[in-house]
Amino acid sequence: EFRRFSLERSKPGKFEEFYGLLQHVHKIPNVDVLVGYTDIHGDLLPINNDDNYHKAVSTANPLLRIFIQRKEDADYSAFGTDTMTRKKNVLSNVLRPDNHKKKPHIVISMPQDFRPVSSIIDVDILPETHRRVRLYKYGTDKPLGFYIRDGSSVRVTPHGLEKVPGIFISRLVPGGLAQSTGLLAVNDEVLEVNGIEVSGKSLDQVTDMMIANSRNLIITVRPANQRNNVVRNSRTSGSSGQSTESSLPSSTPNILANFLQGEEESDEEDIIIEDSGEPQQIPKAAPTSESLESLTQTELLHEPTQNGFLPSTEMNLNHSAGSISMEYEVQGSDCKSLEEDGTIITL
Amino acid sequence: MRRFLRPGHDPVRERLKRDLFQFNKTVEHGFPHQPSALGYSPFLRLMAIGTRSGAIKLYGAPGVEFMGLHEENNTVMQIHFIPDQCQLVTLLDDNSLHRWSLKQHGGASELREEHRFTLKGPPGSPPSAMQITAVLPHSSREVLYLGTESGNIFVVELPSFRVLEDRTITSEAVLQWVPEDYCNRRSCELVEALLEHPKNPDQILIGYSRGLIFLWDLQNNKVTHLFLGTQQLENLYWQRDGSKFVSCHYDGSYTQWPVSSDNRQPQPLENLVPYGPFPCKAISKIYWQTTKNGLPYIIFQGGMPRASYGDRHSISVVHGSQQTAFDFTSRVIDFFIIFSSEPTAEFDDPSAMVVLAEEELVVIDLKTAGWPAVHPPYLASLHCSAITCSHHVSNIPLKLWERIISAGSKQNIHYSNMPWPIDGGTSIAPDPPQRDLLLTGHEDGTVRFWDASGVCLHLLYKLSTVRVFLTDADPNDNMNTLGEDEWPPLRKVGTFDPYSDDPRLGIQKIYLCKYSGYLAVAGTAGQVLVMELNDEDAEHVVDHAEADLLQDQEGYRWKGHEKLKTRDGPVRFEAGFQPFVLVQCQPPAVVTSLALHSEWKLVAFGTSHGFGLFDHQQKRLVFVKCTLHPSDQLALEGPLSRVKSLKKSLRQSFRRIRRSRVSSRKRRGGSGNASEVQEANAKFDQDMLQEMELAPVQRKIEARSAEDSFTGFVRTLYFADTFLRDSSRHCPSLWAGTNGGTVYAFCLCVPPAERRMDEPVRAEQAKEIQLMHRAPVVGILVLDGRSTPLPEPLEVAHDLSKSPDMQASHQLLVVSEEQFKVFTLPKVSSKLKLKLTALEGCRVRKVTVANFSSCKTDDYSENDLAVLTNLGDIQIISLPFLKLQIRYPCIRKEDVSGIASCVFTKYGQGFYLISPSEFERFSLSTKWLVEPRCIVDMPEVTSNSHVHTKSGTENAARKS
Repeated sequence: EFRRFSLERSKPGKFEEFYGLLQHVHKIPNVDVLVGYTDIHGDLLPINNDDNYHKAVSTANPLLRIFIQRKEDADYSAFGTDTMTRKKNVLSNVLRPDNHKKKPHIVISMPQDFRPVSSIIDVDILPETHRRVRLYKYGTDKPLGFYIRDGSSVRVTPHGLEKVPGIFISRLVPGGLAQSTGLLAVNDEVLEVNGIEVSGKSLDQVTDMMIANSRNLIITVRPANQRNNVVRNSRTSGSSGQSTESSLPSSTPNILANFLQGEEESDEEDIIIEDSGEPQQIPKAAPTSESLESLTQTELLHEPTQNGFLPSTEMNLNHSAGSISMEYEVQGSDCKSLEEDGTIITL
Repeated sequence: MRRFLRPGHDPVRERLKRDLFQFNKTVEHGFPHQPSALGYSPFLRLMAIGTRSGAIKLYGAPGVEFMGLHEENNTVMQIHFIPDQCQLVTLLDDNSLHRWSLKQHGGASELREEHRFTLKGPPGSPPSAMQITAVLPHSSREVLYLGTESGNIFVVELPSFRVLEDRTITSEAVLQWVPEDYCNRRSCELVEALLEHPKNPDQILIGYSRGLIFLWDLQNNKVTHLFLGTQQLENLYWQRDGSKFVSCHYDGSYTQWPVSSDNRQPQPLENLVPYGPFPCKAISKIYWQTTKNGLPYIIFQGGMPRASYGDRHSISVVHGSQQTAFDFTSRVIDFFIIFSSEPTAEFDDPSAMVVLAEEELVVIDLKTAGWPAVHPPYLASLHCSAITCSHHVSNIPLKLWERIISAGSKQNIHYSNMPWPIDGGTSIAPDPPQRDLLLTGHEDGTVRFWDASGVCLHLLYKLSTVRVFLTDADPNDNMNTLGEDEWPPLRKVGTFDPYSDDPRLGIQKIYLCKYSGYLAVAGTAGQVLVMELNDEDAEHVVDHAEADLLQDQEGYRWKGHEKLKTRDGPVRFEAGFQPFVLVQCQPPAVVTSLALHSEWKLVAFGTSHGFGLFDHQQKRLVFVKCTLHPSDQLALEGPLSRVKSLKKSLRQSFRRIRRSRVSSRKRRGGSGNASEVQEANAKFDQDMLQEMELAPVQRKIEARSAEDSFTGFVRTLYFADTFLRDSSRHCPSLWAGTNGGTVYAFCLCVPPAERRMDEPVRAEQAKEIQLMHRAPVVGILVLDGRSTPLPEPLEVAHDLSKSPDMQASHQLLVVSEEQFKVFTLPKVSSKLKLKLTALEGCRVRKVTVANFSSCKTDDYSENDLAVLTNLGDIQIISLPFLKLQIRYPCIRKEDVSGIASCVFTKYGQGFYLISPSEFERFSLSTKWLVEPRCIVDMPEVTSNSHVHTKSGTENAARKS
């Protein structure tokens, strides 16, 4: 079926409105669909958030060709051109014999399901000479991969220039997360770790702080190379062309909000393995909220068990495991932050 | 995050905090590290000890203690009390003199440095010429005589330290009295000794190192007597009546000289080499003490035959036919004799000898036959075997206290009953509020019980676990089996013995239940001993059990040390704590955590491989749990700690050699030597430092993963009666936390008392929590319905604690090195957290619940967490809301062993090692503060009744 309608290019509105419009136009109000468009290179790219929606609208030349697929029988592999995703696709297939849907084919993660690897954040509030980088560490597949050292830097003070001790990135491990993002470089001065200034702290203290925050590390650096500084006006990604997988534009205010929220929410959830054998021990007359929670718990819990949560063979596949757990989160209609595997497991 | 940075300023809470918390370092317990000088005032009956780091400590009656620190941190070379004054003068190795005084301030005496002074020569003279070698505080209290390296004697006025140049006694002035043939106009060399005439303060005896001795008349500035010694002089001593003096020499001889008005250049009365005829070491100090019965006590340091006993640190006491050479465990720094200082007394009548050795203080009772040692009430050598762990128990019930004391008194029968002879000053500190025990575990397999209630850390009882095991060294093998007619008549004294027969005996963990008297002790080779207090000697068999912590793991090989061999058959134990069961962990790795529940009669233990629970009532292993990660080869194969400790011990032994080499050099032949060596030493240290700095200082930033080494290492074990499975029934539980951030919870089924022996204790794993940040779990705690930590076992049964609130829901507090987290129970969900490391970059090293009471109101107290971080800071964190209350810097962050040794008490005090032999005591509480508070009253000096001085001189000068 084809439909044709018009949008105001200068005011495209939000993705959700657009999605609603599409559902309305196609008269499929309660069907989950995937939305895609062809870009100038002819690649089929997804539209699933404000950013790529805006991108799509702005690149439309003059027509924006949009494809809509029913989510259940969507051919995910049609999207994108990146072979990496395909490869991962295979892995996730191996990993996850899907027992919820009887779909034979492979599910590629949607871009919204991709986990970000790194981002530049708070561009609007930081001085131009600084860069705040967020590294997302999942599992053990890729080391954070950098070293820090002591050094001295020059500060402008009311009394003129002053030499002060500082912490610097001394080495990037080839193939590590830090190197692969391209956002950190040797001799960048570390100014803050997760919002805490490092001045006055020893190398060991900063090391401990970074390791303690390693699952969601936000480093504010003063790049040694100041030439590639982000120009304020361009709101687009400061990491364009550098980060491979983090093609999500990341400097938008909603990421900032996400960052702040992340402070509260993104903390690692500990895993609890309850070893209660007899079902009668589950409290029946417990307060409602609690029993509800335990209900959701049991529902949620088959999957990771199957996944084999801990065996080390699968540790290196955690890349995809991350996305899996997010899917549960969505199913459990638990709409808080989507970054963590906040699962509770009952064996 | 920002809300942590800006804690709300609730004025009420802020005021309360001031009433609750306050940080003080209150007192140093133990034996000063590297003592270098000793002084004694018979007038004040106070002893002073100086150290190589510039500290000076005064001790009198138990509880009377003062401490001072020289700014320069230089070695204290000499300490001299000014006669009949509350003042003393110290000489440092930078040739500076410091005058300290004890002054009353706010109701208590304080030691303060009042003046400092460096003797300066005329411009152009070599500095060594002004190097002070001998100090004589004159009994007039107006001047100090300073003998120097150049042979000149300077006079400085007190208290101003003004040099009285016209009164200088130059070596040239002295030399003109010497016959030409004796000296050949050679110089006299340095002044070795300066002594005032005991009866006539106008005369001083001057001894030069070449052997020349003069009696100098201060009034007329002339030599009255001349003694032409031929041997290199070490020291001099006046006899009480001033008719004779003794000189001791470098060749191991001593000489008596008569002093009479008829012969101005007498020949020696007697010249003796006590341990001749073969070459002997120097006699460096000598006392000649008269007694009523006419036989003198001749007491001298050194003089041993050079070849065969040259390495001994001895002091010989000769009294008539009795002669004993006390053989000390470490180098003798100095000693003094306590004798009758009443000027009217005719004889010295020595009562005690006080010897400061490098590692301990030994006091010998000279009144009692056999010259037994006196048990010192303070200055205990904590390090007589290296301390490996410590455990503090507050508020000991009187019954247990008395039983421990009684067990200890049976061990101390060989000590003298003499009251402590150094009894100056009065302690006015309030009586300690409660009886506290500090238990220290040692490398040689002993546990020492210290009375830590007050200012004097006093040994109550010593427990040895060695008897249970077969070791290479037979305990009966006595090193001191010298025959009757052995010569020299050496007798070992002192307890310092740093050499362990077998490092596996080392004690790693101690847990004492103060209500039941059960004690669990665990060691380096995986041994766990459970003991019971028995007031009588007993002979019994120690039951054995093995706990194979690697049960399910196949194909691993332990490459570490073997377990200790045990003694078969019954073993005789002395009264005190007697082991009745031994649990041997397999592999025999170091026991890293221990918990005892005396009510349930269970003991839990953990190593780097796993943990186990043992029922010591039925003597049955309840379960074991392997915590090892399959990839953790290191933990499997052997103790990393062994490699480390070997390295460490090597390093330490080198250090020891280096130190002893330095310190054994006497200031001989001039200023140069000692300070040169020290300089070289300092330079060496600096080089080391630089070397370290050259190493690339960079840190890898990497998340911890499950595969890291030693994740299975069990860090903490905790028993709790709580709601583990459902909120309607509580049950006994055992909690274990590992290095990899895992917490295991086991539900325990303990049969009721009447069937306790018939039914087995059962355990079932109920929960496993994996902290995603994977930091080592260092503390686990359950809070009851009122958010109060659960009481200790038997605490409620003894009516010493309210029973816990089992109505409202309990909470679980897990403390990792990086975070504090409160979870709900029984359903474990995260409730609260404090991310310490993420915020401050510091890590938790020690954590304890401490009870703080307000100093203002009697009825308010609260429980908080006392936390020591790797930066040496102490933080107090509130319960249950985990709010940082206050932070105090306490230990230098470089002082790793200090941080590792820290223990907190239940009432907000703590101890940590500031040297191998000293505990610093600190207090976080406004209420519980144990610190010395004492008064030293200066005896009345208006009358002449106190006319006596350091050397027992009658002070005639005062009349003039």
